[in-house]
Amino acid sequence: MKNLLKGVALAALMLAPGVAAAEVESDEPIVIVQNNWTSQLVLSYVVGKTLEEMGYTVEYAPSDSQLQFQAMADNDMDFQVEAWEGSMKSAFEKAVENGMIDAGTHSASTREEWWIPNYVLEKCPGAGSWEGLNRCAEMFATAETKPKGRFVGPPADWGKNYADRVDALEMDFEAINVGQAATLWAELQSAYDRKEPIVLFNWTPNFIESKFEGQFVDFPAPSDACNEVKEWGPNPNATGDCGAPHSGWLKKAASPRLPEEWPGAWAALQKIDFDNAQIAAAALMVDVDGMEPEEAAEKWMEDNADIVKSWME
Amino acid sequence: MTEATANARTGSGEGFSLAAIPLWGQFAAIIISGVLLSLVWDGATRWPEAWTLPMAAWITEFIEWLKSEATIFGIAFKDITRGIGSALEVPVDWAEYLLYRGFKKVGLDLGPLPWVAVAAGVTIFAHWVGGWRLAILCALTMLYLATFNLWKDSMKTMTIVVVAVPMAAIIGIGLGIWVTRSKTASRIISPMFDLMQATPHMAYLAPVAALFAFGPVTALIATVIFAMPPMARCTILGLETVSPAVLEAGQMSGCTRRQLLWKVELPAAKRTLMLGLNQVVMQTLAMVVIASIAGATGLGHKLLYSLQQLRIGVAIEQGIAISLIAIVLDRLTQAYAYKETDHFAAGKPFMQRHRHLLLFLVILVLSYIAAEFFRWVKIPPSKFVWGTGDAKTVLFDAKLLARHADQAIRDFNVLAFDYINPVRDWVTIHILLPVRDFFLWLPWPVFVGVIGLAAWRLGGRPVLLLCLALMASFIVTGFWVETMKTTYLVLIAAALCVMIGVPLGIWSARSDRVANIVMPICDTLQTFPSFIYLIPAIMLFRIGDFANIFAILPYATVPAIRYTYLGLKRIPPVTIEAGIANGATKWQRLFKVELPVALPEIMLGLNQTIMMALAMTAITALIGSTDLGQEVVRSISTQDFGRGILAGFFIAALGIIADRLIGSWAAERKRQLGIG
Repeated sequence: MKNLLKGVALAALMLAPGVAAAEVESDEPIVIVQNNWTSQLVLSYVVGKTLEEMGYTVEYAPSDSQLQFQAMADNDMDFQVEAWEGSMKSAFEKAVENGMIDAGTHSASTREEWWIPNYVLEKCPGAGSWEGLNRCAEMFATAETKPKGRFVGPPADWGKNYADRVDALEMDFEAINVGQAATLWAELQSAYDRKEPIVLFNWTPNFIESKFEGQFVDFPAPSDACNEVKEWGPNPNATGDCGAPHSGWLKKAASPRLPEEWPGAWAALQKIDFDNAQIAAAALMVDVDGMEPEEAAEKWMEDNADIVKSWME
Repeated sequence: MTEATANARTGSGEGFSLAAIPLWGQFAAIIISGVLLSLVWDGATRWPEAWTLPMAAWITEFIEWLKSEATIFGIAFKDITRGIGSALEVPVDWAEYLLYRGFKKVGLDLGPLPWVAVAAGVTIFAHWVGGWRLAILCALTMLYLATFNLWKDSMKTMTIVVVAVPMAAIIGIGLGIWVTRSKTASRIISPMFDLMQATPHMAYLAPVAALFAFGPVTALIATVIFAMPPMARCTILGLETVSPAVLEAGQMSGCTRRQLLWKVELPAAKRTLMLGLNQVVMQTLAMVVIASIAGATGLGHKLLYSLQQLRIGVAIEQGIAISLIAIVLDRLTQAYAYKETDHFAAGKPFMQRHRHLLLFLVILVLSYIAAEFFRWVKIPPSKFVWGTGDAKTVLFDAKLLARHADQAIRDFNVLAFDYINPVRDWVTIHILLPVRDFFLWLPWPVFVGVIGLAAWRLGGRPVLLLCLALMASFIVTGFWVETMKTTYLVLIAAALCVMIGVPLGIWSARSDRVANIVMPICDTLQTFPSFIYLIPAIMLFRIGDFANIFAILPYATVPAIRYTYLGLKRIPPVTIEAGIANGATKWQRLFKVELPVALPEIMLGLNQTIMMALAMTAITALIGSTDLGQEVVRSISTQDFGRGILAGFFIAALGIIADRLIGSWAAERKRQLGIG
């Protein structure tokens, strides 16, 4: 059996075209983190394929959006292309203290906030702002929350407490947390197909904007004062009576061993920069056109060959 | 602890000293005194915070300490787990090279096994162990994986399976042998197996992920731990049931103790051991899907991602793949277990003895060579196209099929929502919320007293003490509210399962035609990954306990159906004939003879239903619950391992309490009926 395989291997060796790989510092695989939302998957393949073109060996490892940072600090994984301020800030900063490297900020800005489909505005014209939305609270009620309106919130472990904000702003809403992102979208899809009023947690950039028409609800702009001074904001008796930042950062993160073991790759990774349009385009190919994330990454690299080239230089 | 125990003791003590009081009187006394106590003392409603043991925090700190500071013989604990991790990576790596990566990394310019070779290999093996029918089932499954573009992910899933199954089997047999040889081992290990099997899959992930790095090795370890107990149990059972005559024959021919084990006992127990292996395979596959949450790649990971994108059609295709793989592995291991040893083999020529193996080797070599010229031999094509250029017609496109399925589910949702929503609201307002509020109101002394009295009456002192200890554990650690929410959810789900499952079981037992339809559906329901039901359930019922319960039903109803069916089928014909001779009508026979006799078996089905429903609460947490299941799932990403581990333990504790109560009742009842 073993000899046979060797024979086959030899035959294959003769038939296989020669692989021309550039000289790189190390053949050890660079482990790229993958999460479970589209843009991250496509972009992580873009990064991985770029590194492969440069001659590096790449491996992909699926991970959880909170655990990944500690894994990078421990050198178990090496690179994350999308770290979001809104939901990952504390885990990110904690890991940086433990040795993980902040590998720079993208041009893209992110936002996480309450969100309504546009048809809600027909029934409740003021719903674009929190005060207007609150006046139609009953429209969003369900059997469990009656007479209060229901706000479909993010998974409880994403580090956001909307119940506190509802209290601080004295809104007639009850925040119901979902168990996972897919639950949010299932609720949205179901309501959207039936044109039923819904207000839920959403963020940008993601695939929702390419599939559903809607907008974020405006809350009082956030500031340090909002979280520290009770008198600040609409409610003089509470802190936290404000919304989330309108433009949060989107960062890259790297393991401490990455710059040491693969200096060439590190130089390229530092140059990588995506903006909102590029991220949305990448996600669109998967979420609307139905491509596989890996195919979409290849297409994106073809369409943006100049940009990819500029990273590799 | 002391408070809970003391209180329950006084509760059951009353019944003891006043034995003349009828049973209902004893229960009433406990309930009334518990409620009165809660009126004068707030601590009876909610365990006082000041007395709560910060167990969860201790466990989390302990794990942090293990990870950062602990040393064993001067070696950092962290380095030990890392070492184990990288040692385990070796077999995983080789399985990966073989199945989907290729051997480039170890310097061999050799691709992974071409899919044609794997498909042929499985089919040939199936023919060898189980004949043509099994071979056709395997071939069709392989074709399904290939045509639906699921090949590579299936192979990724199989990587963990092929490494985990032998590991779990070897460890399981080893532990099993040890238990039969040593009383001490038996006393320590047997209750641990009970606990391990009652703990939901997901609860294994957090602690393992904490100690080992996030990734395939974590998935492997969690899988092995979860899949091993059935192997150990079957080993114990197999060794203990070897007939004494066989053993004596072995001893008389002068076997040493070791020879006796390897040459006599284990071969004699082969059937039972193979049954254990079959269980290991099934458990492994179930776990691999869940383990994708902790970093395993493959079908489970892709499935979660599809659901995340609301691509339910694709998710269903992936789910069917998992079901098919499970069914194929199940049938293959069963066929292998029952395969007769060919005692005349030695006399046959080499070519005939090894024709299956030879055929496979030929196909293997040919496919490697063909793979160099035709891409479709290496990787299955993603679309089947007839003709070229403009005249091209796509014969089959899995993606398109999936999109139609998505659309159909959405259309059904729009259509059905107006009819279903009022039902959902009515049930939620008039049944679910009141029952939940009742359980949240329930003072714990009442709960502890009632369960304690029941345990004492049904199983005596040992069962009473066990139940009290388990109940005390979730009261004093401050998990009362979460535990009650789980109890409420599981009890309602179990009641519905019985209402659906028992009639279906009766119907199947009466008519073979019905049984032929119902039983395969049961097989499929149990292997189909449960989280697929979640998304359609959310779309139709929205977030809430109604959706949670609905998601539990398909999985947990199966044991209710199966045990009812088996219970009725196993009734001795004499009993039924006696009923007929007495002139009972069909319905009288069912209600006065068959059901009462089958009741112990049906109750064991209820027991299994409760276990499954408990396991599913960790899955429904993905919809959005606030019970123990949510604690288990959340702990994976928040790294609050203490809470996760405890919540998992308490789910197991509820299962064990139900198991002991129902088990004791069924045993007693069987004794009375003179069966079993």
